[in-house]
Amino acid sequence: MDTQGAAAPGGAVIIGLDGLDALIKALAAGGYRVIGPALGDGAIIFDEIQSAAQLPAGWTDVQAPGSYRLEQRGDGAIFGFAVGPHSWKKFLHEPVLRLWRAQRQSDGSVSAAADPPPAARFAFIGVRSCDLHAVAIQDQVLIGGADKDPHYAARRGGAFIVAVNCTAPGGNCFCVSMGTGPRVESGYDLALTELLGDGRHEFVVEIGSARGAAVMQQVAHRPAQETHRRAAAEVSARAASQMGRELDTTGIRELLLGNLEHPRWDDVAARCLACANCTMVCPTCFCTTVEDHADLTGGGAERVRQWDSCYTLDFSHLHGGSVRSSIKSRYRQWLTHKLATWFDQFGSSGCVGCGRCITWCPVGIDLTEEVAAIRAGQEHGKR
Amino acid sequence: MAAGADTAAAGAADPMMPRFLRVRRTVRETHDTVTLELDDSIDAPGFAPGQFNMLYVFGAGEVAVSISGPPARPQNLVHTIRGVGAVTAPLVDARRGSVLGVRGPYGSAWPLDEAARAGCDLLLMAGGIGLAPLRPVIYEVLRRRREFGNLIILYGARTPADVLYRKELAQWRTHPGVTVKMIVDHAAAGWSGRVGVITDLLGAVEFDAAETIAMTCGPEVMMRFSYRELLRRGVPPERVYMSMERNMKCAVGLCGHCQLSPIFICKDGPVLRADRVDPLLGVREL
Repeated sequence: MDTQGAAAPGGAVIIGLDGLDALIKALAAGGYRVIGPALGDGAIIFDEIQSAAQLPAGWTDVQAPGSYRLEQRGDGAIFGFAVGPHSWKKFLHEPVLRLWRAQRQSDGSVSAAADPPPAARFAFIGVRSCDLHAVAIQDQVLIGGADKDPHYAARRGGAFIVAVNCTAPGGNCFCVSMGTGPRVESGYDLALTELLGDGRHEFVVEIGSARGAAVMQQVAHRPAQETHRRAAAEVSARAASQMGRELDTTGIRELLLGNLEHPRWDDVAARCLACANCTMVCPTCFCTTVEDHADLTGGGAERVRQWDSCYTLDFSHLHGGSVRSSIKSRYRQWLTHKLATWFDQFGSSGCVGCGRCITWCPVGIDLTEEVAAIRAGQEHGKR
Repeated sequence: MAAGADTAAAGAADPMMPRFLRVRRTVRETHDTVTLELDDSIDAPGFAPGQFNMLYVFGAGEVAVSISGPPARPQNLVHTIRGVGAVTAPLVDARRGSVLGVRGPYGSAWPLDEAARAGCDLLLMAGGIGLAPLRPVIYEVLRRRREFGNLIILYGARTPADVLYRKELAQWRTHPGVTVKMIVDHAAAGWSGRVGVITDLLGAVEFDAAETIAMTCGPEVMMRFSYRELLRRGVPPERVYMSMERNMKCAVGLCGHCQLSPIFICKDGPVLRADRVDPLLGVREL
């Protein structure tokens, strides 16, 4: 069935729907915990899957500021949607995680131990280019510096990435502006491009790693022809032309940091509810808080970490009050961190253009619009 | 990238895991402030003046506290704590033999090496509990006396009853080349010293502004006015330092809480050059 050259790193093969199912089952049989897109809670979310039948065949997501609706596509496409409320950080940087438990001994001494890391490694199915960049950004934040988060490292380590080239960018997508898509460039084990139409439904599978090649040995496939590669390239070119939004990133760090007192911050603050939705759905937002608990006997204690948001008053609380007590200051913190000071801290933008923050904002605040307004009014805003 | 992040980091030290130390001695400094000495005689990591630890009270929580003891004796790990919050209140109540969790030391240090290299004078300006993070500097300067020029300690407290390290202040001023000046916001019976703000003290001491390194620690407004006054008197802007404070949960740059624009106070600070911080503090609620 295979030719050694096609199913090797750098090569490409073709599989059908049955091949996709076989791939999922081969990964599960290989000990991976397979996570992929599935219908849930009225959205396309990421969930544990056992077969291709659980993938959201024929569904798409229609997105606008503050709006997300599922619709039938009528063509059975498996990956014919953009992004939902979940991102992979849900699995790599868990929303709630116990960091350690401690026990007080009779002599007053204390011993503490972390829970063992999860045994199963993840296999992620359907990772978009924007989200792959988001994972790389969280890698830089959480395990790229001097002090590393061992919990993230344990989950990230060995994760098998089945990427997918986006065929249906959403109304709030702007990965082209951020240079993060739509075509997957690197960082994957396998990359799929869904080819659909003229009676065919198949996937070009680009092999990105030796273990990707090894898994493909267990999946019926045939070598990809030049026509397949060309069709896949066309899919990505078409997707690139269908961005729902754009963001002019020219000098964006200086633009935002030079306009910290721009009147637009008051304008957006009047609309922002400080609900923190944008930070929860953002695939790069990494902030956490910790809670320390004691059990009723006082002999046991634990520390639990959970996602936090710079939109809460508590976030910047310091004896006597919060540093950022106004919504204006908290929106400004989020946006300037994401698009400006992230460069100082981590060498890249903190935004990948996935548009989730626009979609899941209950009042439809659109960061591309906010930045454009600051850019348009920057002379006015200068003091 | 897919295969890049390996599991090696999982076996590395967990930055969120405290070690547990016993309180060796407690010193009641004022009505609300206590100094705790912890027994760190096994594998003390050592610290530099200006660095801080995360102190954990069993089941109650964790808080960032600067180290206030002598760097030359890290086995006796000393912190001075004002009991004002949910974690600092039980910390202040800790007794001899109590066990506390400690993570650290973290953060940047006061520029003692720079001061030693330059051989210039040191001007310390402390407000309230801000004297605690500067005390390791004083210990080091006195221990390595010949490496430094004059040491001027300016200290402002709210009232005479809030003055920390009373005996030591009296003792420090007996050393050659050391000046100690104090001022309080509000006087009380028995106070014969000055009343006013800390910058008033700058006129009461002599120093060669161009050859001085200044270290300020206290409320932000106090540090900002001190910086302004130091500049006015000719201290070069790059030679003034501030020790900053922000909400911290992890102390290693992973939780995001302590950001001041591009700066992570926990790992880029807490000690920062004033010419870098002051413009940021000029933006309201940044």
